[in-house]
Amino acid sequence: MLEQLPAVILLAPLFGALLISLFGLRERRACFPVAFASLLIALASAIGAGTRAFTGGAYDYFIGGWEEPLGIGIVLRVDSLNGLLLIAIAVVAVLALIFTIRPSSEKDEGKTAYFYILFLLLCVGLFGITITGDAFNLFVLIEVSALTSYGLVAIGSSRRCKMAAFHYLLMGTVGASFYLLGVGYLYLKTGSLNIQDINTILATNAVVSESPGVTTAFILILVGIWIKMAFFPLYGWLPNAYSYCPSGSACLLAPLMTKVSVYVMIRVMLSIFGLEWVFGHPGWSDLVVWLAVIAILAGSIMALAQREIKRMLCYLIVAEIGYMVGGAWLNDPNLWGLTGAFYHILADAMMTLCLFLTAGIFFKYRGISEIADLDGIFKKMPLTSIGFVIGALAMIGVPPTCGFFSKFYLIRGGIEGGQWEYVAALLISSLVNAVLFFRIFEIAYFGKKPAEGHDHEHNHEHEHEHEAPAQTVLPAREAPLSALIPLLAAAALILLVGIFNGQIVELIRVAFEIPSTVVSNLR
Amino acid sequence: MNPKIFASIAVVITGLVLLYGVSDFPTFGDPRSPANSGVEGGAPSTSLYYINESYSATKVPNLVTSVLADYRSYDTMFETVVVFAAGMAIFAILRCVGKDDGAVVAPQRKSSIDGDHNRIIVGMTCRLAVPVVQIFALYVIAHGHYSPGGGFQGGVMLGASFILIALAGNLEDALSRLSERSYMALAALGILIYAGFGVLPQVLGKNFLDYGALQKILLTDGPEMARSHSMLGVEIGVALTVMSIMFAIFANLSSRGTLKGGL
Amino acid sequence: MVEFFLNTVKPHFNFWVYVILMMVGLWSLIAKNNLIKKMMGLAIFQTAIILFYVSLGVKDGATIPVLEHYGDYAEKAEPAGPDASKPASKPAPNPASMPAPAASNPADAFANPVPHVLMLTAIVVGVATLGVALALCEMIFKEFDTLEEDELLRKIKALHDDA
Repeated sequence: MLEQLPAVILLAPLFGALLISLFGLRERRACFPVAFASLLIALASAIGAGTRAFTGGAYDYFIGGWEEPLGIGIVLRVDSLNGLLLIAIAVVAVLALIFTIRPSSEKDEGKTAYFYILFLLLCVGLFGITITGDAFNLFVLIEVSALTSYGLVAIGSSRRCKMAAFHYLLMGTVGASFYLLGVGYLYLKTGSLNIQDINTILATNAVVSESPGVTTAFILILVGIWIKMAFFPLYGWLPNAYSYCPSGSACLLAPLMTKVSVYVMIRVMLSIFGLEWVFGHPGWSDLVVWLAVIAILAGSIMALAQREIKRMLCYLIVAEIGYMVGGAWLNDPNLWGLTGAFYHILADAMMTLCLFLTAGIFFKYRGISEIADLDGIFKKMPLTSIGFVIGALAMIGVPPTCGFFSKFYLIRGGIEGGQWEYVAALLISSLVNAVLFFRIFEIAYFGKKPAEGHDHEHNHEHEHEHEAPAQTVLPAREAPLSALIPLLAAAALILLVGIFNGQIVELIRVAFEIPSTVVSNLR
Repeated sequence: MNPKIFASIAVVITGLVLLYGVSDFPTFGDPRSPANSGVEGGAPSTSLYYINESYSATKVPNLVTSVLADYRSYDTMFETVVVFAAGMAIFAILRCVGKDDGAVVAPQRKSSIDGDHNRIIVGMTCRLAVPVVQIFALYVIAHGHYSPGGGFQGGVMLGASFILIALAGNLEDALSRLSERSYMALAALGILIYAGFGVLPQVLGKNFLDYGALQKILLTDGPEMARSHSMLGVEIGVALTVMSIMFAIFANLSSRGTLKGGL
Repeated sequence: MVEFFLNTVKPHFNFWVYVILMMVGLWSLIAKNNLIKKMMGLAIFQTAIILFYVSLGVKDGATIPVLEHYGDYAEKAEPAGPDASKPASKPAPNPASMPAPAASNPADAFANPVPHVLMLTAIVVGVATLGVALALCEMIFKEFDTLEEDELLRKIKALHDDA
């Protein structure tokens, strides 16, 4: 039974989605329990499969039993990198699911079943991307997660969400197609689709590894993944898509989709092409790190200029992606940059979940979508505010939250690699985040007007076409438990991931397995 | 900037990068290219393995079907999940149950299949054509082992037969023969069949989608015929899902989610 | 000029064709104003990639990857027992060595089946994406009454400014 866990992680949400589609349209109340149960099974399997990789080393799972020769069947491979990410995806999915218990309005009630089916299929896609060991299978699963995310963005009742989803669809499909093309070039030059096999060929066969076809394949795969992760300047789809989608979808999409794409980039660099091959090309690292610096600065500055909460968070995501891409491409001989980038994937997933949950709570239960409307909210919703403050402190990089440790490792990698522009960009961005969030704290805690009784008047003017629960006087009441539990759990996880960063980083370093030859080559 | 200028620049740069990569590709039609016969340093070529060994392992002459439904069946399962997810996304976007929401709906016309004598030729042709199409589709599914064909191709033809009914007559005609409840159920059932063929070997102790383990249940002597029969089973599952979703996509798109009226 | 054509383009003409087709699709995707035309550009783009993959598997003089006289292949696997999947007559594959050319000559009569398998998946994925895109276009049209991108952006901006 234990060897079957890698397959069970994927099958549990799949069967959940199928059961909901058989019964959920009639029994709307059965949807949530089925979804919750299947995600709990997935979480348990992820923990089981992950711990087996942490203690015993990386292992393979051959689908269909086809083992020899390598590559005729599809292989699932779990190592400590995957294991950590699988657990993170499962945890975020469970927490986001709890937030969606209550629908936003009765217009959305009819679509409950479809929402949960798309939610579970997105989780299947993300688990599959993380665990696969075959390059073409990765494309199919990217498309599963992409199609379900287009549906989740467009399912809302905002007037602009369909247009945002259309642009997201165009850019996402172009990105996935570039990835497919890159895999095709690679298949033509190496004759294999299995990730381990391609790595062996590129490491031992000099004719193949130096051919322009393989270089072009890498560029195509990289550009395709950059489109999917919204790396500057290919980020145009992200602010609209995540601002106009319903709050429930945003809590699942924003923490996970772009981060899993960053994981794919790290996996491509590490396991398909190999770090020696990638960093053997002079000048690539500097180019990408400069692009990342521009991404970080542009994202932070544009976030400063936003008036709406969710849009501001979207631009912060763009900046965070800049951290991760820059960190992964640092010219750093001890691979602290790569370690920091992967640790930041985990940290950022938690931080983004926490912040989008608070933005979702403010919108769904108070009708607030602009920063200026937040006055005095800390006193009215103290528990939500605690979650928001912890998430904000993590974004700024205050110990002991995970944000501080990830910035620490990334800065260390930047210093070791000698790329000071990256270190400077990180520090400037932390400063900008501090300004941003303290401005919000000031409005939210002290309020814009001194008297507390007048602050409900603001909220009427700003109700645009969004369906807001319209009330004349907003009572001073906290968000319901279904929203608070995931928020406080996410906040607690931010602190836990920060406190236990040592153990987590150890596990990540094991997966990178730095051999001595690579250290000398990278100098 | 002007989108046309930006597009031209982007296209030229991308085209040059792609053509740079092409410069040392093997010639068109080369049987010794790495894709066709492997390259030094890697595992033995999978393509040659499939051509030489797959018949003895699976007893299916159509190499494409044996690779699709057995060696790479995990990909095919997710392909079916993509079709299903697209159907669900379209329902989530379009389907409005109950109130018509002011949607512009084509005026109902009398069904040519079930009675309107003014359009008797259309109705009669449709009545003759649809059964033939469906039988051919079933042939394509079942014969996928021996000639080009298989679940996707057959499923699309089955879906097309229902679309033909809707085009020749009314959307109601087609929906009375394949209602919304039916197509939702069939779509899920198709993937359940596929995943069922995958999970049963797990219950019996082997890995996911290892059809050879099913030889006791399918009463064959040897894993090869078990693989052959399981491939037919999963192809049937795929065909059910593809049929339902193709028809469902047509029904929802043509009626803009209301399932009334239509083209 | 002629040498360039004969030496560079002609042996790789399938790749040149696919690149040109793909660039046509990409240009249409970015430059055209109407959403449906953008979608058509996307379809052409994806079709070009499918063409590329299928052209990878072509072998000179080969037929489709369906075994015809499959009785001959059955004779190769003499020990017809439960482990016929690894026939004892062939030596075990050695991963470090070059693939043995002797057994590949009969295999050259059949095209490479792997690109066909991969492209079956890619075609289905493309169709699914087009379906979702069409559904989105229908809802955009219902909401804003136009499918031209500049008018849509203007109407959306007007919405935002009203609030």
